[in-house]
Parts: sequence; C-alpha cells; structure tokens
Amino acid sequence: MKTRQALGGLLRTLFSTVIATSLMACGGGESNVLEGNRTGILHYGNGAEPQGLDPHVVTGVPENHLIRALFEGLAVKNPITLEPEPGVAQRWEFSDQGKVITFYLNPEARWSNGEQVTASDYVWSWNRALHPQTGNLYAYMLYPVKNAEAYAKGEIKDFAAVGVKALNDTTLEVTLNAPTPYFIQLMDHYSTFAVHPETLLKFGKMTDRFTPWTRVGSMVSNGAFVLTDWALNRHIKMAKSPHYWDRDKVSLNGVVFYPTENVVSEERMFRVEQLHYTAVVPLDKIPVYRERPNTPYLQSPYLGTYYYLVNTDRPPVDNVKVRQALSMSVDREKLVRSVLQETAVAAYSITPPDTLGYYPPQVFSYDPDKARALLAEAGYPNGEGWPGLEIIYNTQEAHRKIAVAIQQMWKSELNVDITIANQEWKVYLNSVSQRDFQVARRGWIGDYVDANNFLDLFITDGGNNNTGYSNAIYDDLILQKAPRAQSREERYALFTEAETMLMEEMPIIPIYTYTSKHLIHPSVEGIYPNLMDSLNLKYVKLHPEQTLSGEVN
Amino acid sequence: MLRFIISRLLQAIPVIFIVITATFFLVRAAPGGPFDAEKVVLPEVKRALEAQYKLDLPLHEQYFAYLSDLAQGELGPSFKYPGRSVNEILFSGLPVTAELGFYALLIALIIGVTAGVFASLKPNTRQDYIPMGLAMIGICMPSFLLGPLLVLVFGIYLEWLPISGWGSIPGDKILPSITLGAAYAAYVARLSRAGMLEILSQDYIRTARAKGLPEWLVVGKHALRGGLIPVVAFLGPAFAGLLAGSFVVETIFQIPGLGRFYVQAAFNRDYTMILGTTVFLSSLIVLFNLISDVAAAWLNPRLRSQLSGGGQ
Repeated sequence: MKTRQALGGLLRTLFSTVIATSLMACGGGESNVLEGNRTGILHYGNGAEPQGLDPHVVTGVPENHLIRALFEGLAVKNPITLEPEPGVAQRWEFSDQGKVITFYLNPEARWSNGEQVTASDYVWSWNRALHPQTGNLYAYMLYPVKNAEAYAKGEIKDFAAVGVKALNDTTLEVTLNAPTPYFIQLMDHYSTFAVHPETLLKFGKMTDRFTPWTRVGSMVSNGAFVLTDWALNRHIKMAKSPHYWDRDKVSLNGVVFYPTENVVSEERMFRVEQLHYTAVVPLDKIPVYRERPNTPYLQSPYLGTYYYLVNTDRPPVDNVKVRQALSMSVDREKLVRSVLQETAVAAYSITPPDTLGYYPPQVFSYDPDKARALLAEAGYPNGEGWPGLEIIYNTQEAHRKIAVAIQQMWKSELNVDITIANQEWKVYLNSVSQRDFQVARRGWIGDYVDANNFLDLFITDGGNNNTGYSNAIYDDLILQKAPRAQSREERYALFTEAETMLMEEMPIIPIYTYTSKHLIHPSVEGIYPNLMDSLNLKYVKLHPEQTLSGEVN
Repeated sequence: MLRFIISRLLQAIPVIFIVITATFFLVRAAPGGPFDAEKVVLPEVKRALEAQYKLDLPLHEQYFAYLSDLAQGELGPSFKYPGRSVNEILFSGLPVTAELGFYALLIALIIGVTAGVFASLKPNTRQDYIPMGLAMIGICMPSFLLGPLLVLVFGIYLEWLPISGWGSIPGDKILPSITLGAAYAAYVARLSRAGMLEILSQDYIRTARAKGLPEWLVVGKHALRGGLIPVVAFLGPAFAGLLAGSFVVETIFQIPGLGRFYVQAAFNRDYTMILGTTVFLSSLIVLFNLISDVAAAWLNPRLRSQLSGGGQ
C-alpha cells in the first residue's frame, strides 16, 4: 500500500514538474542585445571565468579585460594608435636622460568610494606588487624601476630603496635603472595598477592573496566601472562609476561579462543575440561570416607569434644548417591559406610586423632548393643518414593540424622523417622548461608593444629562452645598447641587427603571426582593431538602430 | 535495517580514506605543477607561492596538514582561483549540478519507464522494437552530439528555447536536462523492460489475471512494483554519475555547475580543487549507492524481511 502511495506521489511530482517546465519555456522575450541596447548595457563574451580580480595576483586575458574595466593605470593606450595617453596621470615628464619620470596625477582621479587617488597609493601598491611574499607572477613588469628586482628577490628589505616616491598627493617620481622607452606603456598593465590600501588592509595583510577584498560590496576600484554582481561561472556585472574622473565620456551604463569557455556555444550565443561581442570565433565559422554583407567578423593582426622552439643542443638540430633547412622548407603562405584559412599572417621573424613602427627584417624566405643544399652540407643529402626528429605540441587540434602539415612539408621537400607527439598541457610545459625536446610548439603574446618584449626572450639563460641559444653579441645589443639608444630610429636599428642575427642562427622557427578574431554586433561602436586587441570600454557606444542583419530598424 | 545502514556507513569510511590518500599522492606525482605557465615563473615568485600554499613542506607534512584541515571540513584555498576556497566553489556549483541531475533523472524516468513498460507488454512485436530501438540510439548517442543537435533545431532554427545559461532566461533548463537525461532514459527503458518481462511471467501475475483483474490493474498494481526494482537499484549510481559526469553538458550550455570545475581542476593541477571534488563526489557516490540499496531492499519483500532479521 505504502509503495503504491509513494509511486503515486512520485508520478504526481513528475507530472507537475513537466507541466511547470513546459510553461517556463513559453517565456521567450527580448534578447540580451536588444535589451542591452535599450538600457545601455554591453553583453561581452569574455572567454573564461577569471581566476580573480586582484591586479597583483592574477594573470590572463579574461582577467585583463575585467581589471582594465574596473581600474585605470597612470597612463592608458589610445584605442587606435596604442600610443600612451593620460589615465590617472594627467601628464608626465622625463628627466636625467630618461632615467627619472615624474607623473602628475589628476587631482580629480577618485576611488569608487569617492576618495582621491594619491601618489602614495601607488607607492603602497607597487610595494605590494613587488613584495616577495605576494607571489605576483608579473612582478617583473616593474623591474625597470631602480632596485625593484633586488627588492622582489628579497635582496633588499627596505622598500624605501626602490625608485618610487610620492613627492605630494599628486606627484609621483619614478627612478629607473636605465632609460626604458616602453615604461609608460607598462602603466596600462594591471600589475602596475594601484589598489586601495585601506580596503585591502581591512581584510588582511598587504601581501595576502586569499582575502575577499575583490568581492561585490567590498571592492574599491578607480576605473570607469564598478563591480555590482559576480556569480561564479555565470556572469560578472559592472555599472558605470559615478566617481570616475572622466565619467562624462563613458557612454555605457554597464557591462555584463560572460565566461564563454566553449567557443562553439559562444558563437551560437552571438547568433541568437545573447552577446554583443565574442572573445573568439570558431575557425569553421569564419568563412561563413566573411561572406556575409556587413559582416560582424573583425580580424586584425595581434601582438603574438606562433613558432617552433628548437633545442640547439640536440642532434640533428644542433647544426645551424639543419635548422635553416627546416625553416626554409616550410611554405608558410600555403599553411596560412589551407590549414589556417587566412586567419593568420605568415611570419619570418619573432617580432610581429609594425610593432609600434618596428618592422622586423626578413632574412630568409621559402626556398626548398636552398634548404636541400643546406641539408646536404649538414651531412644529410636527400635525407640520407637522417637520425629522425620529433615535434612536440600541447594537445589541441589546431596544433596537431599545423604539425602534420609541417611534417609533410619536411618529408616532401627534404625527404626527412619526422614524428609528432602531443602532450597534456602541464606535461608539455614541463618538457619545454626542462628542455626535454628537439622541436616544440610555442606561442608568445606580447605584454607591451615593443620589439624588446620578443627579442629579450632569447638572451643567454633567459627564463623563456628554452632553446639553449646563447650569443654574447646578441645579449649586448638587447641588454646594453638598445636601452641606451638616443632615438627610436637608433633603437630600432639595433633591434633589426639583433633580430637578423637571431634569424640567421635559427634557434626558433617562426611560423605565423596571430590575429585577434571577434564577432561584434553592428550596434556596437568604439571597438577598434589594434595589435594589442586592446579595448577601452570607456569609448564604447551602443546604437540600437543597427541590427545583426545589417538592416536599420 | 538500521544495522545494515550503519554497517554500510562504517564500510564507507576506509573507502573514502583510500580515495583521499590515493588522490593526494597521485596528483602530486603527475608531471607539471599548479604554478607552471607558458611564461616562465620567476624562481623567487614560485618560492613565495609555494610557501603560501604550504607546498614547501615535506610531502608527509602536507598530507597530514590536509587531513587535519579536512577533518574540520576545510578543503583549502583553490590554486587556480586565488581568493576563493574550494568549499565555496563546490557549494556554488553543487545546487546547479544537482538540479540539472535531478531534472535529467526525472526525464529519464518518465521516458524510460513509460517506454520500458510499454515495450514489455507486447514483447517481440513492433510495440517492443520501436521504443527499444530508440533506446539503443539514445544509449549510443553521446551528449556532445545530442546537445548541439537539440540547440540547432530548437534554439537556432525554431527559436523556441534558449541555448545557454541556467536560470537566467525562462526555459533555459530544458535543453540541458533533456541532453543529459536522454542516455539515462535509454538505460531506464531497457532495465524496466527486462524487469517487467521477468515479473510478468511470474505465477502471481498469472493468478491475478486468472482472477479476472483488468490488465492495467495487473500491471499498475502488481507487476510494476517488482518490475522496477532494477531501475531503483540503478538510480543511486545514476544520480551520482549525473553529478560527476555533467561536464560535457555544462560546457555545451555554459552552465555554472560542478562538472566544469572538476575536469578543469585536473588540467590546472589545482591540487586542492582536485582533492576537494574527488572527496566530495566519492562520498556522494557511496551515499547514493547506499540509498538505492536501501530503497531496493524496501521494495523487495524477501530482502526486506531478511534485513529486518525476521525472514529466512
């Protein structure tokens, strides 16, 4: 009897749930985009759930977008030219041959609680960013500052010795080790941002990583937007800050960021107008979007290079002629056309072209005849006696396709056998850092727009060198001569010299320059293509009359 | 019955303890660590991070420190999400995953039991082959195929249902629940068909029919109770499996559940998160197995009387 009652109860529950769920389905209603256009809210696909929002603790691209909406640095980037322009600092002056920079802070710059952003907030924050106990992965961003590196390594205990001083509330003086032309750009990197000292200290010590000061209701920030809601793995909502100094220029009333980890789902969300902007676009959908009139697809070169690391201590690639032969027999244009569907740019150097006016030299080109001759000179005529070579890459379909294409190119042009092997991400990172490979896939995304950010990878024993490459002349050019150059032209000439040397010795095989790829709803204005994929939400406006089909309502 | 439950709970303690120990040492033995990244981590920074997470202690001390925290219900801070504790992440994702699993199971039961009972009434006829053929397709079709198909049809072409999210737009729970439930519906259908066929051939059913009871009463009152025992036994592990295995569906539909964290934790070498989710899910599996055993015993009079100590 009891069983029957229980079964009856269960059936009733089942039935009512089905009815309730079906009724819920009939809701429908306005899409996010239409509603957002009406209310001034941008719906933004942000790629992943952020690790957190503490500028001195987290790293990553989704985190960067969020933190730069909530906070503002001393200088920001012009969204079109990427040249620095005033942020918290109204202006800055160089003295002592570029070794001292004085930042004059905007007296109107405010924290979101209404307090003034002061020079001493920066001193406190840089102490935190550099402190050995904080464990800031980007501490090295501030290493150009005098004694900053020694302090971060614990060799100096007193922060007063570090070259940053608050002369008064609105004047910050920074002393550098050497003139650093890109230093102003670093002021737009979140690791150099100021945090509100009293807010952090309310929750713990200066160097604590685990306190909840970045939560809704606790966080105090100084950017164009303030945090209003953070539902883990659902969304992060921000509203326009009433205290931001340049609030009159901010058009949006708010932004909703979504952790759109699955690129295919993200594209579908865009199609049904749940998003104004996607973090990426699935490769197979790009041709479809390209063909559409008034396409929402935006692609532009990105400050990143995809390349193969070569372990210069392992035969057969310890021989420079073998490395050159391998590099010259990669038909990059064909690779970009077929495998990458024109979503990348063939690369013949490590620095992407037009890195703030710097164009890298092209030392070699696709030349299979010369490649075969070089291989023969190295002792492997027509691939005879070839001992074998392995390419490793982290498990991902895109990397596999490229490795297979290159494997075939090397086989058909040079008649050499190549094996390819995928490794799980952390295993691959371990292999690369231990230099347990012959050839390994690698990508490098610049932190700031300057060739130095790419070329200093290959200084002797550089942490990201991983190739065993070491050349005293190269080191001297990058570490000594370039920083002391008197003009941009002179500096770029030195970089060209260094990069020529690098591409002749070939410790890496450049393959392509990345591009950024987004779908942007036609109602959005103010997202410009640029090398950093840098977006300042302050300049974004919504035009409700523009619809996805290109027709005007 | 109480003795049975208590003894099963006591057996669970060493099981979970072994799970914790094995997971603790296995994750640390895996190549690569939580702080390895594409851009090299400076040695001084790595030291600071290891100190903050107690990774600078000898392995056995880390183990005992973990056990002592665990005894107090503390699963530790996440490596990947600094500023959040594993407890917090688990409890933010659990209600969503549990709700998704519950709806999926409901759908599985409604479709599965109906199809299974229907098929069992006329075995080896079209009434049997059609639902069972569909069930076989359901078992074979993985959720990473079914999910996008449903999205394309109902979300994009017909525009009837939302294609992502959970609880933010009306109706957004329907497609993920169906996607996750479909494979289980197929299992339930096969189990209930088999169970019903066995029961319908029993003497007491023949007696009921001989007494002239209408067929719906024979099936509904007498056969269903025994016929569904295999389904009930399957429900416990199925619900635990739904909780632990919802990763694919959560990813397709951008659902803020537990499954995504569980899988990503392993890729990130987020030691505390891997341990936390494993301990948590293994406890749930043990618990749900126990519940379904108790329920099966309660439905089966022979077993029930044995456990109560009254039967032979």
